[in-house]
Amino acid sequence: MVSMLTEAKAWEVLAQVPDPEIPVISVTELGIVREVRVSNDAITVILTPTYSGCPATEVIEHSIRTALAEAGAQSVRLETRLSPAWTTDWIQPEGAEKLRRYGIVPPAPTGDMHVLRFQPPAPACPRCGEKHTERLSEFGSTACKALYRCPACREPFEYFKPI
Amino acid sequence: MQEHFEYVLRIGDNALIHGQRLSEWCGHAPALEEDLALANIALDLTGQARLLLTHAGRLENKGRDEDQLAFLRDEGEYRNVTLVELPNGDFAQTILRLFLFAAFQNELWQAMQASKDDSLAAIAEKSLKESRYHLRHSTDWLVRLGDGTEESHARAQAALDALWPYTAEFFSADPTDEAVAAAGVTVAWSVLEPRWQAAVLPVLREATLPIPERSAFRSSGRFGRHSEHMGYLLAEMQYMQRAYPGAQW
Repeated sequence: MVSMLTEAKAWEVLAQVPDPEIPVISVTELGIVREVRVSNDAITVILTPTYSGCPATEVIEHSIRTALAEAGAQSVRLETRLSPAWTTDWIQPEGAEKLRRYGIVPPAPTGDMHVLRFQPPAPACPRCGEKHTERLSEFGSTACKALYRCPACREPFEYFKPI
Repeated sequence: MQEHFEYVLRIGDNALIHGQRLSEWCGHAPALEEDLALANIALDLTGQARLLLTHAGRLENKGRDEDQLAFLRDEGEYRNVTLVELPNGDFAQTILRLFLFAAFQNELWQAMQASKDDSLAAIAEKSLKESRYHLRHSTDWLVRLGDGTEESHARAQAALDALWPYTAEFFSADPTDEAVAAAGVTVAWSVLEPRWQAAVLPVLREATLPIPERSAFRSSGRFGRHSEHMGYLLAEMQYMQRAYPGAQW
């Protein structure tokens, strides 16, 4: 039997697959789904991983397979594309807004990241808007986030690092 | 080409073994934030090793995958530089090694983006984004330790004196490197030395750490001749796959 899913429908399904580490945004909003191809016998989804060591990668692949199968796909093929490398600039604006509401400051545009001692300007506190926040660690609970503290409302928060 | 496989094994094993060492800090770092940082860096390196060893397995074309290459080789078949297999030592030594190694990886990835091997170029493009963070993190710490208290300075200097001789191994010319470069596959490590020094020396100066003289000592991990520490590291790293071959979870 041929696949019942159209490409547009497949994208809709993928837009419902959450990132396992940050479940408020979907894999499409995260920008890791680069291409969807529908042929007679299979749906091919091309993914670009975020960090090399991101432990969520396998879970994401499993969730995508399950979601597409439940939507009627007969056969799902997943391919990894490394180049161009994933960048936080690919996070969709709606995704960035959801991150902010969840308490994670979305990444600033990457721009020029080549300078060794480059310190990005501190992000404003997502709760109270205080601009002068302090960085506690460049590495947070996951590889993609840094840990900050707001001296005004005294709350810690996370910042999605631009890469 | 055998040299091509060897070359990819070298950079894959560098990432694998350094990742293994850094992961030993998990639960033991001086502060929670640093625990997270070192574990995250270890994860990045392990991820790079997966990509590189998978690619090495394809080049070798004998059906070995990332797991077989990572967990089922014997000591003499590992091609990492000796520096990354040395014990962690204290925090200063761990940070200094991370700094020296991240600066090397950073130069390697930058040059390797132009590789004729598309897979290597893609892995380099991706890994460069990660090594920049590793370098920045270790640079910040190194300056703080070196230009810090009497105690932290003494420890950072002791680490530099102990580890500096091992960095010569990165850049001494050898037939594998030359063959890969001559075939235009990718860059020889030996040409990276001036760029690495340009990255490393100003930071060491800022950290107020005098650089030791170069000696005749040459470590030889990339030829499969390792220090006495390697066997213990492998015993721990390979335990699961050796005890339960093909185990999955």
